[in-house]
Amino acid sequence: MDFSSLYVKEGRAISKAKGSLLIAESIPGIRFNEMVDVQLSNGEMKSGQAIDISKEATIIEVFGGVSEVDLIGCKIRCKGETLKLPVSIDILGRVFNGMGEPIDGGPRLIPEDYLDINGEPINPALRQPPAEFIETGISAIDGLNALVRGQKLPIFSGSGLPHNRIVAQIIRQATVKGKEERFALVFAAIGISYDDASFFMKNLERTGALERTIAFINTASDPVIERISTPRLALTAAEYLAWKQNMHVLVVLTDMTNYCEALRELSSMREEIPSRRGYPGYMYTDLATMYERAGRISGKEGSVTIMPILTMPDDDITHPIPDLTGYITEGQIVLSRNLERKGIYPPIDVFLSLSRMMKEGIGPGKTREDHNNVFMQSYSAYAEGCYLREISTIIGAEALGERDKIYLTSADEFERKFISQGEFEKRTVENTLDIAWGLFSTLPEEDLKLIREEFIKKYLPKYH
Amino acid sequence: MGKIWRVSGPLVIADDMKGSQVYEVVEIGEEGLVGEIVGLDGNRAIIQAHEDTLGLKVGEVVKGTGKVLSAELGPGLVGSIYDGLQKSLLTLGENIGAFIKRGAKASALPRGKKWQFTPTAKVGDAVSQGDIIGIVPETNLMEHRIMVPVGIKGTIKEIRQGDYTVEEPVAWIKHDGEVTELTLMQEWPVRKPRPYKQRADPSGLLTTGMRILDYMFPLALGGKASIPGGFGTGKTVALQQLARWAQTHLNIYVGCGERGNEMADVLYSFRQLKDPNTGRLLQEKEIFIANTSNMPVVAREASIFVGITMAEYFRDMGYDILVVADSTSRWAEAMREMSGRLEEMPGEEGFPSYMGSRLSSFYERAGMVECLGIPERKGSVTVAGAVSPPGADFSEPVTQNTLRIIDAFYALDVSLANKRHFPAINWLTSYSLYVDAVKDWWNEHDPGWENTRAGALKLLQQEAELEEIVRLIGPEALPEGDKLLLLTTRMIREDFLQQSSYHEVDTYCTPAKAGLMLKTIMKFYQLAQEMLNSGAGIDSIRSSPVVYRISRMKDIPNEVFEQRIKELWSEMEKSLVTGKRVS
Repeated sequence: MDFSSLYVKEGRAISKAKGSLLIAESIPGIRFNEMVDVQLSNGEMKSGQAIDISKEATIIEVFGGVSEVDLIGCKIRCKGETLKLPVSIDILGRVFNGMGEPIDGGPRLIPEDYLDINGEPINPALRQPPAEFIETGISAIDGLNALVRGQKLPIFSGSGLPHNRIVAQIIRQATVKGKEERFALVFAAIGISYDDASFFMKNLERTGALERTIAFINTASDPVIERISTPRLALTAAEYLAWKQNMHVLVVLTDMTNYCEALRELSSMREEIPSRRGYPGYMYTDLATMYERAGRISGKEGSVTIMPILTMPDDDITHPIPDLTGYITEGQIVLSRNLERKGIYPPIDVFLSLSRMMKEGIGPGKTREDHNNVFMQSYSAYAEGCYLREISTIIGAEALGERDKIYLTSADEFERKFISQGEFEKRTVENTLDIAWGLFSTLPEEDLKLIREEFIKKYLPKYH
Repeated sequence: MGKIWRVSGPLVIADDMKGSQVYEVVEIGEEGLVGEIVGLDGNRAIIQAHEDTLGLKVGEVVKGTGKVLSAELGPGLVGSIYDGLQKSLLTLGENIGAFIKRGAKASALPRGKKWQFTPTAKVGDAVSQGDIIGIVPETNLMEHRIMVPVGIKGTIKEIRQGDYTVEEPVAWIKHDGEVTELTLMQEWPVRKPRPYKQRADPSGLLTTGMRILDYMFPLALGGKASIPGGFGTGKTVALQQLARWAQTHLNIYVGCGERGNEMADVLYSFRQLKDPNTGRLLQEKEIFIANTSNMPVVAREASIFVGITMAEYFRDMGYDILVVADSTSRWAEAMREMSGRLEEMPGEEGFPSYMGSRLSSFYERAGMVECLGIPERKGSVTVAGAVSPPGADFSEPVTQNTLRIIDAFYALDVSLANKRHFPAINWLTSYSLYVDAVKDWWNEHDPGWENTRAGALKLLQQEAELEEIVRLIGPEALPEGDKLLLLTTRMIREDFLQQSSYHEVDTYCTPAKAGLMLKTIMKFYQLAQEMLNSGAGIDSIRSSPVVYRISRMKDIPNEVFEQRIKELWSEMEKSLVTGKRVS
C-alpha cells in the first residue's frame, strides 16, 4: 500500500518513547486506531497505530518497537486510514506478510476494494445455523467430533505433538459429500518457526492446492506486533472470498498461542491492569472478534470455517489461552500426549474433544441415521473401559469381573482400530461407523442402551 | 452540545458537557454512536461507548439526548430479536444487510404495525398506575395487557376501541385539569427496577421438563438460579432447554457475549419447536436478546438490564416470566474492561469492587410480587444466569459473588461432561433452597415426593463413598448389598438423571413422568433387596430383563407412560419375586 501522497497531518513533538509506545503532543484530526507512519531521523519508516487520542496527547503504538526512535528528529505522519487489506480475486495463490504486503515476488495487486481488517459483526439474526458435514476422513473427528461448515473448531495441542500433520491431513482430505463447490484455503502463520511454515507451504504445493490458497506469513523472527494483524488479515481475505466471491473458505490459524503472547506483551507495554497470568482482561473479547467471523449467512452462498491451532503451555487445558478459546469456539479437538506415547496417530483425546455443531451436521441424509447413536455408545463404552483401566492399575486386571474384562479389552481395541489410522488413510464416514459397529459386537448386546433397537438389528454384524 | 476530548477504546471523554446527567444517553461523533455518561467531572463527561469507537476524532460532536438508557415496552416485543441496546436485529438486517454497521438505528417496537386494542376500562373510571385499561392480542399465546404507566392517575376522559399503532393515543386521562394521552407503548429506564405493591415469597414449581431440576433441585417461580460450568459442560444447552420448555407465560433469552452460531441455532429451533402444553410455536412466547461476543463489549451490560426490564413489564401484567442470561461472566468482563479504562482501583482479578453489588442489582430484580393497580394480580420473574468460570474453577470472583445472591445452584461438572453425562449437573454439589417453597406444589401433584427425592439423594451420597472403596479393592470385592446399591445408583444416574436434549420424547419430561420413573427405580431397589435377603445372587438381578426395560423408560411417550409403567411394575413384581423362589 502506498499512501505517501495521502498524508494528511504530521506531528513532531514526541515526549516519550518506551517499549513500543510513543507519546506525542496532540495531533489534530487524527482518528482513533488510525494507522500512522513514523519516520526516523535516518529516514527509515515504521508503521504505528494511534491507540489513545486526546487534546493533550496522542499515544502511538509502533510496530516493531521504538528502537532508533529519537525524540527530536522523528516525525509521525497520519494516513487518515485504519489498517486495510486491498482485495481482488487475484489474491488467491498469493503469499503476504503480517502487514498484508506480498512477499512472493509476484506482481502488485490491482485492488477491487480496501477492506477494514477488523471486519464487522455478522447480525446474529441473519446467521444460518451451520449444518453441512465436512468429511475429513479421520475417524476420531468424523465419527465423534464432526466438523461442519461455518464452525470454528480449534486444535488444542502440546509442543511436540503432531498437530501440523493432522491439519495437513485435514486440508488434503476435507470434502463435503456430493458437492463440487468453490473451495479456498486461507492460511495464517503466526509467530511459528520457518520450518513449520515451510512444512505447510510444501504440503500445499505437493497437493496442488496452492492456487486456491492465500497465505499470510509472520514467522518467529518477524515483528511481534504484526502477530496481531496477521490473523485479522487472513480473516478479512476469507470474508472477501466467502461473502463477495461465494466460496467456501477454511481458515487455518497457527499458532494462536503466539498471538496471545503478543497480545500480553503489548498489553504490559501499555501498562494495562493484567488479568489471569498477565494476559489482558479483554483477551476473551479480542479472540471472539476474530473467531466469530466464522459462519454462514442466510441468503449467501459461501461460508467461513475456522480451524485455529494452539499449543497448550505445559499441556494445561485450564491455562487462559485454551480456556478462553474453548469458551468462544464451538468445541475443540484435544491431542493427548498419552496416546502419542502409545504410538497412536492421530492422538486425539476423545473425552476432552467436543464438537458443538456436530448434532446439526450428522444423521440421515447428512451422514447416516445411526451416527448419533453410535457416537453416544462409543463414548460410553470407551469411558467405561478407561475407568476400568484406571482401577485395574491398582487392583490388577485379574480382579475384574467377566463383563469388566470385556470393556477393558474393548477400550484398547477402540484406540487401536478406531482412533488410530494412517496419515494418508482417508476413511469415509460409513467406514468409520462400521468400524465402531465391529467393536460393539464384542460387547454384551443388552449393554447397547444408547442405540435404537432398529439400528442394532440393521447394523450389528451378527444380524447380517 | 459537547466535543470529544479523548478516545481510548470504549472510553470517550467529552468537553463542554455542562448540564448532562450521569447515565444520560449521548450520541457520539458524526455517526451518532450510542454512549452512556458514567461520570461527570466539571465540564467533562466520561462516557462509555456502546459501539466501536474506531475512527473517531478529537473535536467531533457529542450530543446529549436528555434521557437515560430506556427500554421501549409495548406490543411487538414478543418474538423479537434485539441487540443489547434493544435495536431490532431483523429491522437492522432489512435496512443495512447481514453485517452490523456502527451508528445504525432501529426502533424496538414496529412503528407501522396496527394492534387491535379492546378497552377493559370505560369512560369515567378512576384509574391509577398499574391499572389494566385494555388488552391487545399480541401473539396466540400472549395477551398483552395495557397498563396505566407508573406515575399517572386520573379519570378516563376518553378510551377508544380499534386498531392502533404503538404511537397513536388510545386513551385520555384527566387529572387536576390536565389531560394525559396514553398510547400502547411506554418507556422505562433499564437500570431502575419497576415498582410493585408488595414482594411475595417465591412459590410453586417452575416446571422445566428437566428431571434433575424439577425433581431433585427444583426452581420456584420468582427464584434465582445460577449455572456455572467450564467450557463444554453444557451451560448453553441447559439454558436453551430452560428457555424452551419452562412452563411460564414468557421466556426472555439473553445471549450476552456468547457465540453467534449458537444464537442462530436457538433462533432457528424456536421457529420449529412447539410448546408441549399449548402446541404453539415457541417463538410466540419468547423474546431474544443477541449480543454476541464480537459485538461491542459495553452493550453487554445494557443487554442484561434491557432483558430484565422487559421481564418486569410483563410481570406487572400478572404473568410468570423466566429470564435466562448466558453468560453473566461476559457481562462482568465488560465491567472489568470499562473499570480498567476508567483507572479505578481493581478488586479481585482486576474486577471492580462494585461487581458484587452490580450482580445483585440484576438478580434482586427477580421475585414474586403483587403487582400495582387493579385487578389484583401476582406476577413473577425467575432468573437463571450462566457463569463461565476460567479453568472451571468455582473459586473465581464472578462465581463466588453470584453464590451470595442466588438460592438455586446447578454446578456443571467437567468430569461428568467428559463422560457425556448430560445435563452434567453434579448431584452432590448442587443445591436448591426452594425445596420448601415447592413442597405444596409437589405434594399436590405427587404425594411422597419428599421421601422419594431424599431417598435417591441418600443413595447417591452412599455411592460416592463406595466409589472410594471400589478404587482400592475393585467392584467385585464388595458385599452383595453394596453391589446392588451401585447397580441402583447407576440406574438413577443413567436412566433418570441423564436426559437427552436431542431426543424428541426425552427432551421434555413432565413432572408426573419424572416422579414415576424415580419411583420405579426405588421400587426395583426395594424388591431386589428383598431378593438378596432371601439368598439370591446379584447376578440374577443384574441379568433380569427389567433392568433393560428400566433403561428404556425415558423414551416412552408421555401419553402412554402411565400404562406402560404399570405393566413394568407388575413384571418387576413377578420376575423379581420369581427370582426369589428359584434361589
